[in-house]
Amino acid sequence: MPAIPLSKAPQPASTDPAQIRNFCIIAHIDHGKSTLADRMLQITEVVDPRQMRAQYLDRMDIERERGITIKSQAVRLPWRSGRDGKDYILNMIDTPGHVDFTYEVSRSLAACEGAILLVDCAQGIEAQTLANLYLAMENNLQIIPVLNKIDLPAAQPDKFAAELAKLIGCNPEDVLRVSGKTGAGVEELLDEIVAQIPAPVGDKAAPTRALIFDSVYDVYRGVVTYIRVVDGKLLPRDQIQMISTGARHELLEIGAISPEPLASQGLGVGEVGYLITGVKDVRQSRVGDTVTLYQKPAKQALAGYKDPKPMVFSGLYPIDGADFPMLREALDKLQLNDAALVYEPESSAALGFGFRCGFLGLLHMEIVRERLEREAGLNLISTAPNVVYEVTMEDGKQITVTNPSEFPNGKVGEVLEPIVKATVLAPSEYIGTIMELCQDRRGTLLGMDYLSEDRVEIRYDLPLAEIVFDFFDQLKSRTKGYASLDYEDKGNLAGNLVKVDILLNGETVDAFSSIVHRDKAYAYGVMMTQKLRELIPRQQFEVPIQAAIGSKIIARENIRAIRKDVLAKCYGGDITRKRKLLEKQKEGKKRMKMVGRVEVPQEAFVAALATDADIEKVKAARDK
Amino acid sequence: MKRCGYCDFNTYTPSELREGGTLEGVSAGFIDALIAEVTFAARTTSTTVPTIFFGGGTPSLMPAKELGRVLDLLKQRWEFSPNIEITMECNPDTLTLQSLEEYRAIGINRLSMGMQSADKSVLKVLDRTHDPENVAKSIENARKAGFDNLSLDLIYGAPGETLQQWESTVSTALSYNIDHLSAYALIVEDGTKLAAKIKRGEISKPNDDLMAEMYLLVDQLASKAGLNWYELSNWGRPAAHNLIYWHNQNWWGLGPGAHSHVDGVRWWNVKHPSKYQEQLAKFESPMQDRERLTVDQMRDEKLMLQIRLREGLLKSDLTSNQIAVLAEFSDEILQIEERLVLTAKGRLIADRIVRSLVMA
Repeated sequence: MPAIPLSKAPQPASTDPAQIRNFCIIAHIDHGKSTLADRMLQITEVVDPRQMRAQYLDRMDIERERGITIKSQAVRLPWRSGRDGKDYILNMIDTPGHVDFTYEVSRSLAACEGAILLVDCAQGIEAQTLANLYLAMENNLQIIPVLNKIDLPAAQPDKFAAELAKLIGCNPEDVLRVSGKTGAGVEELLDEIVAQIPAPVGDKAAPTRALIFDSVYDVYRGVVTYIRVVDGKLLPRDQIQMISTGARHELLEIGAISPEPLASQGLGVGEVGYLITGVKDVRQSRVGDTVTLYQKPAKQALAGYKDPKPMVFSGLYPIDGADFPMLREALDKLQLNDAALVYEPESSAALGFGFRCGFLGLLHMEIVRERLEREAGLNLISTAPNVVYEVTMEDGKQITVTNPSEFPNGKVGEVLEPIVKATVLAPSEYIGTIMELCQDRRGTLLGMDYLSEDRVEIRYDLPLAEIVFDFFDQLKSRTKGYASLDYEDKGNLAGNLVKVDILLNGETVDAFSSIVHRDKAYAYGVMMTQKLRELIPRQQFEVPIQAAIGSKIIARENIRAIRKDVLAKCYGGDITRKRKLLEKQKEGKKRMKMVGRVEVPQEAFVAALATDADIEKVKAARDK
Repeated sequence: MKRCGYCDFNTYTPSELREGGTLEGVSAGFIDALIAEVTFAARTTSTTVPTIFFGGGTPSLMPAKELGRVLDLLKQRWEFSPNIEITMECNPDTLTLQSLEEYRAIGINRLSMGMQSADKSVLKVLDRTHDPENVAKSIENARKAGFDNLSLDLIYGAPGETLQQWESTVSTALSYNIDHLSAYALIVEDGTKLAAKIKRGEISKPNDDLMAEMYLLVDQLASKAGLNWYELSNWGRPAAHNLIYWHNQNWWGLGPGAHSHVDGVRWWNVKHPSKYQEQLAKFESPMQDRERLTVDQMRDEKLMLQIRLREGLLKSDLTSNQIAVLAEFSDEILQIEERLVLTAKGRLIADRIVRSLVMA
C-alpha cells in the first residue's frame, strides 16, 4: 500500500529535500493530463474517494468545459516508493498547455527537476507539446516519456514509443505505458518519478529565494501565489519582498496544496506551496518574480523574469452601448487574475465605446472574451485582432501602433512587425500544402525533420500578423485537422507594410483601416470593398467604396442608389403594423452610424471587422 | 377552393374551418356573427355612414343574400349618406351577370376586381387560378348590371415578369375603360407559398430596380389614359373608402382580424373565424387588443399616410428640422404652394423619406 496517510507523511517545512521530487506534466489538450492527475490524486489517497470528481484540479468551469487548463497548480502528493519503501513527497506542478502561455510554462518548468512527457498513443505528439518538451530539455529537466490511453482500440503504442524515443534520445522500451482512465501503469509511473527525477538542491542557510510560478486571484483570499523555494525558507508571519517590484508584504498564510490549501509551519528548500499576503492584484505578485525576506534579502534574483508582453490587440465592445460600465468593471476584475491582460478605453465611430485590449495571443484573447461574457453576462463584439507595429518616420519620430487607425499618414521610414518562429507537426503527406500556406503567408523556411516515417516537423519564421489572420484555421482545414502549430516570439523585423484605408463616399472609415504587406494590399482592398458592397444597404444616392494606400485608390466598388423603398399597400390593418415598423426603425437608427451622408448599419461594421460567430450574435440581438 | 400563393390575408377555406364545411354552410354562420358585431358597434357609435367596403379576400364568394342581410341591418342601425360608396372586392372568375345583378340590387355600387395580370405565366407564378379572359367579360357584365364605378387591382414584379409583360397588362387593364386602378408591387410575405418557393430557390426574388421601372410605367400609362394618381398605388376616381384610412378618419372594421379606428383608438379583432364567432355567441366583444395613440404616434401616422397622397404634406405641419431634412430630397419632392408633394421618383422611396422625417 504505497499511499501514506497525510498525518504520517513528511510535513511541509520539515521535509528533507532528498525526499522531494518536483515534476510537471507536459501534454497537449485532450491527451489526458487531467485524467492522469485524477488517478494520481486517487492512488496517493490525498482526495477522499467521496469527494473525487473528474478533472479535480481544473478550477474554473471554462477550463473543465474546454478541456484545457489555464492556471497551473501544485499538488503535494505523499508517496511510499514501491522500489525502496521510503517515503517521498511528489509535487505535481500543472502547466498550461497552449502556445499563448509559453512564459508561464517556462516558469512552471523552472520550478521542477523533471517532467512527464505525456502523449496520447492514438494521436502522437503535437506541436505545442514538442515546443514545451524542447523548453523542458533546455531547462535540463529529466524527461519521463509516457504514452497515455493504452486502453484505446486505436492505440499505436509501438509507433509512438519509437517517435518519443527518437525525440528525447532513449530506448523505445523505456517509454512507459499508462491509462489515466483505468489507472493501469500509474503506480509504476509514481515509482519512476521517485527513481528518475533528481531531488531539489538548494542552500538552506542562504538568504531566502523562492520562485513565483503562478499567481491566482481568489475572491475570498485575495491573491494566492504559488512558489517553489530555492534557497532558505519561508515561515508564517515573515515579511517578504518581491525582488522585481520591491513591494513588501506581510505573510498572512503559507502552506501546501493537498489538493486543497492547507496552512503549514512554513516551506523549506525544494518545497512547493502557496502564500497569501492579502494583496488584491496579481500584478503585485508576478509570475517569474523572486520572493525574498525583507529583513534579510537575497542580492540576486532568480533568473528568467520577464514582464508579460501583449502580442495581439483587439477592440472589445458591448453590443448594447449601455453595458460599457459593466465591461469596464468586468475587465478590472479579470485583470486581478491576469497579469498579461492590458486594456484602455477607446471609441469607434462604428462600434461606440469599448476597450482596446492586449493579449498574449489568440487563445488568451478568446479566453478573456469568453470569461467576460460568461462571468459578467456581457454580450461583446471583438474586432479583428492585429499585432503591434513599430513605425519610424523619415524624420526619426517613433510611433507604436496597436490599432491600424493610428498608423501615421506622413512619410514613413521603416515599419517593424513581430516575427515568430513557428513549428508545424503534421503527417508527411501534407508537407506540400503546409509549405504553400507558409510561403503565401510570407514565411521563411528554417528546416524540416522527420519525427517518424510519416510524421514531419516543419519550422518557419512567419510574421505574427499572418498567424493572427486565420492561419490556424487554414492550416487545420488544409490538413484535415491533422497539423498542430506552435510558435514563439522571435523579435521584430522590418516589413514592406502599408496601411490600406477604406473610403465610403470619399470619407475614410477608421474602423476599416488595415495594415497589410504591400503585395497583398490590392487583394485586401478588393476583398474589403466587395464585402462592404454586400453589407451596406443602398442609399438614395450612389455610394462609391474605395480602398486606398495614402491618396492612391487601389480598388473601387459602387453601391447603386436605391430606386424603391416603399410598401405599396397601406390600408386599415396595415397602419398599425407600418407605424410599429417605423418605431422599430427609429430605434434601429441608434444602431445606424452615419459616415458622412451614408447610413451604415452596425451589422455591416461587425461583419466586416469581426468573426462569423459575432455576426450571428449581432443578428440574433437585433431580431430580439 | 384554395388561396393564392402570395396571399397572407386572414383567409380560410371552408374545409379548414369545419370538417366537410361548405361555402354556404360556413357563410351563414359567419354572417350571423358579423351581424352580432354590428349590434355591438351600433351601441357605441352613431354617425352617418359615408362608405362600406366588403373586402380583404374574396367576398364575392359569399351569396348576395348574405351580404344583403348585413347591408339591411346596417341601414336599420345607421343613416346612410345619400352618395354612399359601397364597394365589394371580387374575383373575376366567380362573377356571372346574374350574381352581379344581385349584388347591384342589394346596394353595392362599386366593384374592385382582382385582375393582377393579363399574362398567364405571371398569374401562374402568383398561383392565381383565374382566366384573364374572364376579366373583360366580368367588366362587360358589371356594366350591364348597372355598375358605374369599377376598379381593377394589378400586381407587378412577380418573379420572371418582364417590363414588356407588365406594359401589356397595364394597357389591357386600361383598355377596359375602368374608373380606378390600383397597382401593387408584389410583397413576398413570410409564411406564404411564394416565400417558401423563393427560399427553396425554385423562383427568383422580386427585383426592386425592375419594380421601380414598372411603377414609373404604370404611372405614366394611367395618367395618359386619364387616370391620375391620388395615392401612391392608386389612380383615377378616388375611392372614398380608402381616403378615410389615409385621412385617419374613423372606421369600424367588422369580422375576424378586422382593424378599426375611432377617435385615436385603434383596435383589432381576434383573427380566427371560429374564435370570433365563439366570442360573439357569448355576447362578448371579439376585440383582441387595442391601442390608444399618443400625440407622437398620431403625428407620425399622419406623416406616414399623408405623404402617400397627392395632396401631400402641409409645410406648416412640419418642424424646421423636418423641413431641413427634406432638402436632401430635391428630386423627390415638389413644393406646390404650401404643400410638399412627392414626385414619381419620390413616391418610390416614400418610406425612406418618412423615416427621415420622423427621425429629424
